[in-house]
Amino acid sequence: MAEVPVNTARRRFLTGSAVAVGAVGAGFATVPFLSSFEPSARAEAAGAPVDVNVGQLAAGQMVTVAWRGQPIYVVHRTPKMIETLPSIDAQLADPDSKVATQQPKFADNFYRSRKQEFLVLIGVCTHLGCAPTYRPEVAPRDLGPEWIGGFFCPCHGSKFDLAGRVYKGVPAPTNLFVPEYIFTTDNLIRIGVAEKQA
Amino acid sequence: MIKLLVIIMVNFLGVASVWASDGGPIPLKHASINLADKAALYRGAETFLAQCATCHSAEYMRYGRVATDLHLTATQANGLLPPHLKLGDEMVGFMPNDYAKAVFGTVPPDLTLIARVKGADWLYTYLTSFYADPAKRWGVNNAVFPGVNMPDVFAALQGVPEPEFTSVKLPDGTSEQRLIGIKAPLVPGSMTPAEFDTLVRDLVGYMVYMAEPAKMQRMNYGPYVLGFILLFTLLMFLLKKEYWRDIKSTIRSE
Amino acid sequence: MIQKLGKWVDDRLPVSHFWNAHLAKYYVPKNFNFWYYFGSILLAVFAIQIVTGIWLAMNYKPSAAEAFNSVEYIMRDVNWGWLIRYMHSTGASFFFIAVYLHMFRALMYGSYKKPRELIWIFGVLILVALMAEAFMGYLLPWGQMSFWGAQVIISLFGSIPFIGPDLALWIRGDYVVSDVTLNRFFALHVIALPLVLLFLIGGHIMALHEVGSNNPDGVEIKTNKDEHGKPLDGIPFHPYYTVKDLFGLGVFLFLFAAVIFYWPDGGGKFLEAPNFIPADPLKTPEHIAPVWYFAPHYAILRAIPDKFLGVLAMGSAIMILFFLPWIDRNPTKSIRYRSMAFKITLFSFVVAFISLGYLGTQPVTYWTTLFSRIFAFVYFGYFFALFVVSRLEHTKPVPERLT
Repeated sequence: MAEVPVNTARRRFLTGSAVAVGAVGAGFATVPFLSSFEPSARAEAAGAPVDVNVGQLAAGQMVTVAWRGQPIYVVHRTPKMIETLPSIDAQLADPDSKVATQQPKFADNFYRSRKQEFLVLIGVCTHLGCAPTYRPEVAPRDLGPEWIGGFFCPCHGSKFDLAGRVYKGVPAPTNLFVPEYIFTTDNLIRIGVAEKQA
Repeated sequence: MIKLLVIIMVNFLGVASVWASDGGPIPLKHASINLADKAALYRGAETFLAQCATCHSAEYMRYGRVATDLHLTATQANGLLPPHLKLGDEMVGFMPNDYAKAVFGTVPPDLTLIARVKGADWLYTYLTSFYADPAKRWGVNNAVFPGVNMPDVFAALQGVPEPEFTSVKLPDGTSEQRLIGIKAPLVPGSMTPAEFDTLVRDLVGYMVYMAEPAKMQRMNYGPYVLGFILLFTLLMFLLKKEYWRDIKSTIRSE
Repeated sequence: MIQKLGKWVDDRLPVSHFWNAHLAKYYVPKNFNFWYYFGSILLAVFAIQIVTGIWLAMNYKPSAAEAFNSVEYIMRDVNWGWLIRYMHSTGASFFFIAVYLHMFRALMYGSYKKPRELIWIFGVLILVALMAEAFMGYLLPWGQMSFWGAQVIISLFGSIPFIGPDLALWIRGDYVVSDVTLNRFFALHVIALPLVLLFLIGGHIMALHEVGSNNPDGVEIKTNKDEHGKPLDGIPFHPYYTVKDLFGLGVFLFLFAAVIFYWPDGGGKFLEAPNFIPADPLKTPEHIAPVWYFAPHYAILRAIPDKFLGVLAMGSAIMILFFLPWIDRNPTKSIRYRSMAFKITLFSFVVAFISLGYLGTQPVTYWTTLFSRIFAFVYFGYFFALFVVSRLEHTKPVPERLT
């Protein structure tokens, strides 16, 4: 058997390129399979923006609506509630809402909303996902004399003020999230739409 | 051996091409759809929603999908959308089932997939083959779907065409009138025949698109996927050739 | 470091042993031709069907009320759902194309003969399991063809004397094909039969690697070994056949993708038009044609005027394959060294099989029935002719070594 010298360079080059092209192909082939895990058109349609009419919402009251299966809290704050917000800054973990992902740009203020009187929050505790209860009353027996109204999570006792800002020394690490929303009219809030999309 | 494979493939393709035509008295006309013509599809969508969707549903198709696939502007998209629905909604029927049963005796079939069941040519021929038949409930009959229980929704646009019969002698001596075609309507409709033909073609185009929206995607991705596989195959061919030089050379040397 | 880890694993798991036994030091005849690509292609198709099947099951709903809608949901609303679904539906047809070509190769080169009888029997078992798998899978879209196809096939069981009607009822779990039937077919299609197929394929390959591959010359390479016990006409599977099979796989994937992207309904053969109408137990489609890969057997069924005998003939058409290693009594394996009589017999069989496949999809007329009977006769005639021819024929001398 006469051995013909093997062109190892060519062989290595071809093997390398075949492996590379094959790997790229395999990579592409995984895209449809991974992408199919994303929300489908049906899920997106079900998660479409929700309109809330706050015209009938009395001052001090809260209404809950579902958006993308999550509770959305809309609170009509009284002027007194807004006034007292800065007074408890010292007791809060992040009074200035420094974590930028927690609220859209427009809510980067001490009252964390577009209009001072209307607070819109995702009602999901940042600790482990329970829905905090709305406790607007001042100094109730169970929450102590310091309480000026806010949200109390029944699962693990996290406390938030009336702008959804978290208190110090509770399990929840960050403030409640503010969703994207716009006012389509003076009294109509559309939740789930950013300004430029509208 | 390769010859045998060729025979197998030819036979297979032969089998595939023989898909029985839906027998009616007149041959099917070719619809010649162009799914790349987005403007035509949009006109078809308008016609579908104005003419068909009043009775028929298309419950697997979302308005928003039409808007995205046909690159519609927000105004165009909202123009297609009935006021009480959202873009994410499906084209559900507007006619209550009870009402439909009272009027037609049945619920008009959902049309989302009808183009995949019947084919574009059948739809095109069907929609242009209504003719006047006073004996029928809606005053019309259809040349490719005799006895169809559907009014001629295009009567105002096309006019109602007249049938063309011929007398056929039966073996028992009697004769029978058989439909051989349809002629121009006695009273013309609001559209010229050419305008009407475009309207129906556009509508059929839309229905073909609606039956398989993914067709646009697969047509888009197809060339890239095939090109990539070709590249891989070519590389494997060269690699195989390279390795197999070992084998060929040993065979030669013996 | 990596070598150390490799050795650590190898001491505990026979990785390198497996690599050598089945790839790097597994010796294969060096003269494989076109027909030898289909084994590895079939493995690839099996893998594609498993993966796409898992992904389809994530969105498919096995209930009569939701099945049809959920398939359209996959086709429209799920990201890339259309591609995954078309891969699966096209994969089913390509599975059978490759299986039939793979089996034809075995008929041509006598790959079912001693010592490979068990490989062949495993292969036929795979065919049977695959047919059951395909049949049950075809019910799942819950269209008109799904429903009425299942109705017809299950009714076949009803024709078996004495136990038939009860058996059909037991299979359906209801008086008609219903939600119950759909649900159990789903379970069998996605879990039970894939497992069975996996074990059978494992057995098929293990049996193959025990005795080694046949080849177009039908010469046993193991009879000519060098001083190291390496077959003189053998080459290691890896790298030679890995690169060759990958090239074959590339060509196959090209055709596969071409169908998926440009011809997914296969001209009404891979996806039948009436199956885009939801199942309606009160209205049979005008013309029920089985999917193309069942058409030959269906044509045999229809060719026989008696219901039970028809079912028996259809079943025998597959069962007789099990006995092929003993029906063919000639030790010469390859068609290359066999008589003209054998070639004509095999050719007639192929023509009969393809013609039956065509006839099975056509509406019943006088002519289709007549030709179905003729070709059904030829189909079974092959086995009788082979039994006789294989004993009487004059074969050419088989060379010692591969040519």
